[in-house]
Amino acid sequence: MTPGRSLGSRLVYRLLWCVCLMAVVGCDTHSPRPVVRFWAIGREGEVLEELLRPFSQAHPEMNLKIERLPWTGAHAKLLTAVAGESTPDICQLGNTWVPELVALKALMPVDGLVSESATVTRTDYFEGIWATTQMRGVTYAVPWYVDTRLLFYRKDILKRAGFDHPPKDWAEWDQQLVAIKRLNPKNYSIFLPLNEFEPMVALGLQQATPFIDEAHANAQFNSTGFRNSMQFYMSLFERDLASKMTDQQISNVWTEFGRGFFAFYISGPWNITEFKKRLPKEVQDQWSTAPLPGPHGAGESIAGGASLAIFKNSAHAKEAWAVVEYLSQPAVQERFHELTGDLPPRRSTWLRPAIANDPYAVAFRTQLERVKPTPRVPEWEQIATELRVLAEHVVLGDYDLDEGLRRLNDNANRILAKRRALLADGVLL
Amino acid sequence: MNARFNGWWFAAPAVGILMVFFFLPILAAFALSLTDFDIYALADISRLRFIGLKNYIDLLSTPLFWKALGNTCWFVLLGVPLSLVTSILMALLLSSAWVRLKGFWRTSLFVPVVTTLVGSALVFRYLLHTRYGLINYSLSQLGFSPIDWLGNPQYSMPAIVLFAVWKNFGYNMVILLAAIQAIPIELYEAAQLDGAGPWQRFWHITRPGIAPTFTFVGILTVAGYFQLFAEPYVMTQGGPAQSTLSVLYLLYDEGFKWWNLGRASAIAFLLFLIIYVVTLLQRRLSPESQL
Repeated sequence: MTPGRSLGSRLVYRLLWCVCLMAVVGCDTHSPRPVVRFWAIGREGEVLEELLRPFSQAHPEMNLKIERLPWTGAHAKLLTAVAGESTPDICQLGNTWVPELVALKALMPVDGLVSESATVTRTDYFEGIWATTQMRGVTYAVPWYVDTRLLFYRKDILKRAGFDHPPKDWAEWDQQLVAIKRLNPKNYSIFLPLNEFEPMVALGLQQATPFIDEAHANAQFNSTGFRNSMQFYMSLFERDLASKMTDQQISNVWTEFGRGFFAFYISGPWNITEFKKRLPKEVQDQWSTAPLPGPHGAGESIAGGASLAIFKNSAHAKEAWAVVEYLSQPAVQERFHELTGDLPPRRSTWLRPAIANDPYAVAFRTQLERVKPTPRVPEWEQIATELRVLAEHVVLGDYDLDEGLRRLNDNANRILAKRRALLADGVLL
Repeated sequence: MNARFNGWWFAAPAVGILMVFFFLPILAAFALSLTDFDIYALADISRLRFIGLKNYIDLLSTPLFWKALGNTCWFVLLGVPLSLVTSILMALLLSSAWVRLKGFWRTSLFVPVVTTLVGSALVFRYLLHTRYGLINYSLSQLGFSPIDWLGNPQYSMPAIVLFAVWKNFGYNMVILLAAIQAIPIELYEAAQLDGAGPWQRFWHITRPGIAPTFTFVGILTVAGYFQLFAEPYVMTQGGPAQSTLSVLYLLYDEGFKWWNLGRASAIAFLLFLIIYVVTLLQRRLSPESQL
């Protein structure tokens, strides 16, 4: 997630180069080889060249340019590109950014293309994931890879605490957490970094009442459901089952998980590769993944990941769509999984050997049938940050949960104020 | 050709550049601070609303703004005296006759100023680590219990101050050193002949000799420390529990993370006003200043 600094300066040169390039292309509108610019982010950007090589060879009429962005700067760069009208043709888009870019009227709806496509079969995609690319019934992107949060756990510690299977629901989870704490009071049962909101969002999504109402205008953090989730989360800190730490305060997740400093950790698919690579040898066969337990039985979790979107300003939408279709083929997605460890959004890709035989991925397959998108408003990231801040204050004892929830709801509604005004004026769809 | 205007011709390029790249953007930012420019306005400028002073009123009634201002003032109150005292002590040490290898020490003490902030912040994060850090290890050797420097809201700001002072004192030190060396050596010789001790020589010769420089350095340091941003950005991301969130950090969050550019501009002007008033007070309080 944190690419080298040199990438930044290289990026500047690339952007400059693109500007020059666009000037040249702009003069010659009947260029025989249309330039299709593809913005890719992070690790995915690194493997894309290789992944797309067969496609580029099969399409000599198209000049496909892959431009890499670091995750840390990608969001700001996208917004700047929209503001400066210098958007690429295709972009890898974090699913939570879709509402923002739709609000900016930057993306091209793809419903027509999807319904005519022989490759992109809508029903083959996990529902919760497909929903993240939709705004008011219109599809703006095609899911590329998925990300959801679930449990990573230490099998050996769980066994020593007297359990031979991961938790099914909160009650069982609670018993296991308490039993693990008893093994060694100096260690913790679970690590919930205070600087992450994702675990709380996942637990909150398991309740019936959504964070924001149907009209996408009012916050609902005062619901009983959300209060229950937060109560459960807070009780882990109150009983010292979770450490009051951010992930900056431990040496790093892998070392501490290997040492047994904590036995449960809520994280996403990228950590499968990291755990395989970084955990000490003696615990390599002592860890596994499991679906996230819910209040009553298996629970829901966040529908994350990234999608492929085509920008409205693109002059080469047809060529861009061909790229999207190519990357959506199950065989290509299987290769993509081999290169990055990213999990595919299509059920048919999950049947292919390279991924069906991955024991750590199985839990994700189960979880993916039960994922929910986060609220699709551009302000979501800011509201989620308020949630993180609230939790930190409550954990540190600055105020109690009810006061915290009241503040969270007020702040979220303040953040949504402009949206409500625009909705009332009818200027916003 | 009127001689009075000749000067303006020479100054014109500089004035022009200042106008275009400094005063115009400031005016634009002020105009922006009177609107609710945000992501919706970025999409469609017709969604931009002129809201007068509402951003300012909103900010002044937001607890988070006051918290950020409180944090920033706390940082200035702790950091500026500590930084100035360290600078002057080091400058005095470096100018004293019995220190050998002056060039070496001067360079070593100045090195933190020119090292990259991110790199040294990472090292400080290791040093300040609760369980594996050298600072807590030393404290435990002295019999103190470990301090959760970057995780406890009470200690996070002192930790940031420690880092900022270490990083910045060399700059002031070099300026003060130059001022000390500019004092004629004859004054010290004459005082010594008259029987003045080291303390008397410091108080009656060095102190008045460097007073104008000291005021200057003080004003620069206060103005600089009010703009606290990079240190908490790298070390704590404003946490824990917003205890290291500074005014400038709030501006960054509002403007560049959430694209509420109207609100962010308002914060910028409030911060400017605060620094302006504090600087005026500082000048008022130091009558020997010749600035």
